[in-house]
Amino acid sequence: MTNNGWFQILFFLLVVLALTKPLGAFMTRVFNREKTFLDPVLRPIEKLLYRLTGVDEATEMGWKEYAGAMLIFSGVTLALTYLIERVQNHLPLNPQHLPAVAPDLAFNTAVSFTTNTNWQAYVPETTMSYLTQMTTLAYHNFISAGVGIALAIAVVRGIARREKDTIGNFWVDMTRAVLWVLLPLCLVGALFLVWQGVPQNFKPYATAQLVDPQTVQTTGADGKTTTQVIKEQTIAQGPTASQEVIKEFGTNGGGFFNANSAHPYENPTPLSNLLEMLLIFAIGAGLTYTLGQMTGSPRHGWAVWCAMAILFLVGVTAAYSAEARGNPLVETSANHVQPAGNMEGKEIRFGIANSALWAVVTTDTSCGAVNSMHDSFTPLGGMIPLINMLLGEVIFGGAGSGLYGIIVFIILSVFIAGLMVGRTPEYLGKKVEAFDVKMAMLTVLIYPLFVLGFTAISVVAPKFGLSSLANAGPHGLSEIFYAYAEAGANNGSAFAGLNANTLWYNTTIATTMLFGRFFMVIPVLAIAGSLARKKHVPESAGTFPVTTPLFTGLLISVILIVGALTFFPALSLGPILEHLLMNAGKTF
Amino acid sequence: MKKNFMISIWMTIATTILLGVVYPFVVTVLAQVLFPSQANGSLITLNGKVVGSRLIGQPFSSPGYFRSRPSAAGNGYDAQNSGGSNLGPTNKSLIDRVSGDAQKAQAENPASPVPMDLITTSGSGLDPHISPAAAAFQAPRVAKERGMTEADVTTLIAKHTEPRQLGFLGEPRVNVLELNLDLDAVHPMH
Repeated sequence: MTNNGWFQILFFLLVVLALTKPLGAFMTRVFNREKTFLDPVLRPIEKLLYRLTGVDEATEMGWKEYAGAMLIFSGVTLALTYLIERVQNHLPLNPQHLPAVAPDLAFNTAVSFTTNTNWQAYVPETTMSYLTQMTTLAYHNFISAGVGIALAIAVVRGIARREKDTIGNFWVDMTRAVLWVLLPLCLVGALFLVWQGVPQNFKPYATAQLVDPQTVQTTGADGKTTTQVIKEQTIAQGPTASQEVIKEFGTNGGGFFNANSAHPYENPTPLSNLLEMLLIFAIGAGLTYTLGQMTGSPRHGWAVWCAMAILFLVGVTAAYSAEARGNPLVETSANHVQPAGNMEGKEIRFGIANSALWAVVTTDTSCGAVNSMHDSFTPLGGMIPLINMLLGEVIFGGAGSGLYGIIVFIILSVFIAGLMVGRTPEYLGKKVEAFDVKMAMLTVLIYPLFVLGFTAISVVAPKFGLSSLANAGPHGLSEIFYAYAEAGANNGSAFAGLNANTLWYNTTIATTMLFGRFFMVIPVLAIAGSLARKKHVPESAGTFPVTTPLFTGLLISVILIVGALTFFPALSLGPILEHLLMNAGKTF
Repeated sequence: MKKNFMISIWMTIATTILLGVVYPFVVTVLAQVLFPSQANGSLITLNGKVVGSRLIGQPFSSPGYFRSRPSAAGNGYDAQNSGGSNLGPTNKSLIDRVSGDAQKAQAENPASPVPMDLITTSGSGLDPHISPAAAAFQAPRVAKERGMTEADVTTLIAKHTEPRQLGFLGEPRVNVLELNLDLDAVHPMH
């Protein structure tokens, strides 16, 4: 670990802190439909959209209609994505003449992008045409993030409102999230990224004459060795910057290229790297302020922010130190190697500090973009991203999903505090009753059911489960565990050695993504509807305050205890065991 | 519900046009006007031929060139098949590959510790950079092969070493393709 590395990490957190209030206050204005400086441009577009689609912006919805509209809309966009993938060979903007995407892969990808997961079981360069990337994948990056933000706002309204049956209008919230929050910053951010070197064109792949032609020997399936002279390099191109920026800002994470943000075209410089990481955290951080402001308790927003920042710092410290310590097997196997930490799967321009930092940022949220390969992290370094996802991605969290995720944990925290003093728990003036706690527990239980269930089936199925592994030993368990953990948490990063483009993994991972997104959201909206109907109870001496360091500490404890109780056994058989074996000098 | 279904259909069409077509086209036009070189992939041309991109690494194996890092992209530096090795830390193939590469590097270069980045693959398989230590490690070999003085090679390395951005972001690095092209320009191999 270096001082400069630490400085970069703390600098990053300070900029996130500085962004929280302005962005949060802006989002409050947008969703309260107050005036903003962007109205002269955006209000006409908004009105036009409503006129074209038949939205009545004056009406409001109860939680059931809100959930229904969200589900139908997600279903329709999912279907269109599937369709475009299946017929991309007949559509324009396909200069590489890529064929139609196979049905199970097209389904997996459509689900993956609709649920804000952006798990990629394919190599984009050789699978998806420019048109498919723009109109379905980058499109979902906007829409799934807009839907996520809308849901978070609906939940916050549920807390803030008193004796109301409605929690807002889904169409208005989603449209305003896309037009006011996402689109303007993406326009500016995309150009910033192009300035740093990210391509933005519709050209066919470029061909370069290699300066030093290479002779390569390849062994075919029949065992014969063939010698081949490679004189050219085909360099993939495309409209990258416009997708890259929303991929981070909407915490989506689906790479334009296979190597994702490790690819020099997606993330060419340390400055582009900093901007992309800030975009990943921005909405999650800002929404904590929005929560405080809309519920009339700004200090509550900051108390939640602090819990997130502390968990972030713990994770980044652990990951950075594990990666900086490096892999003892590599250092002892090769004589006279200069120890420089674990550089396998990492880029020189980012180094250890920015790779570890990014890995934590992308899994604290539901982003899942990677700038280094998590599969090649040290066991403990790779365990941190896994734990971040298992905790529910509530550390700043995904666009919107982070906020409603942590509200579930807040409800559990005040419930536990209430049990300790023997009073009905309250949250910001609302009594938290049996129905609310049941719904909160439901979201907490659905996730491990799918993650641990499918992992367990896969590890005892040699034919369709274990055959996809790239690494043996405990690392193999980690690969499968990671795949379902990210799917359920809608993250989309990977221990990418696992060959997930098989019928079994495509369908079970798609199922996990669907349940992880929508079966989380419905109970959360039910809580919002239930809280909105309740009367306000004034604060009394028996109220557990949600603005204090004690609350922050309790919230952190509840998140960690729920996570540890559920997942520690699986972690001990995967990364923890591998760490011990690595230090004992064992390889597989 | 029927009303929301019809809205869904129209909303999908309208937003697909706005976000999937208008937005990327606007960004493309602005990018092509403001930053044409970057927008088209930062390609490097030499005598009218594209010889690479300054952002995309290339493989080098002749001893007179600086080597790039090992690459797991296709057969090595396959720029339409980017990716890492995804070998886990206790995978025997990783340990074998690393120790083999380290021995090879020691045999080809005057004895000194091998920099870690020269025996590890990058995340993209297209890393255009090596560390300044990895460049210094290879300097004596390159100087000898080209009949240059080590001081001249070191000067060239310094010229192509990018410092931390804004003084603190990222790590110092050397662009291998640009360094090798410059070597060919000032002191070609015969």
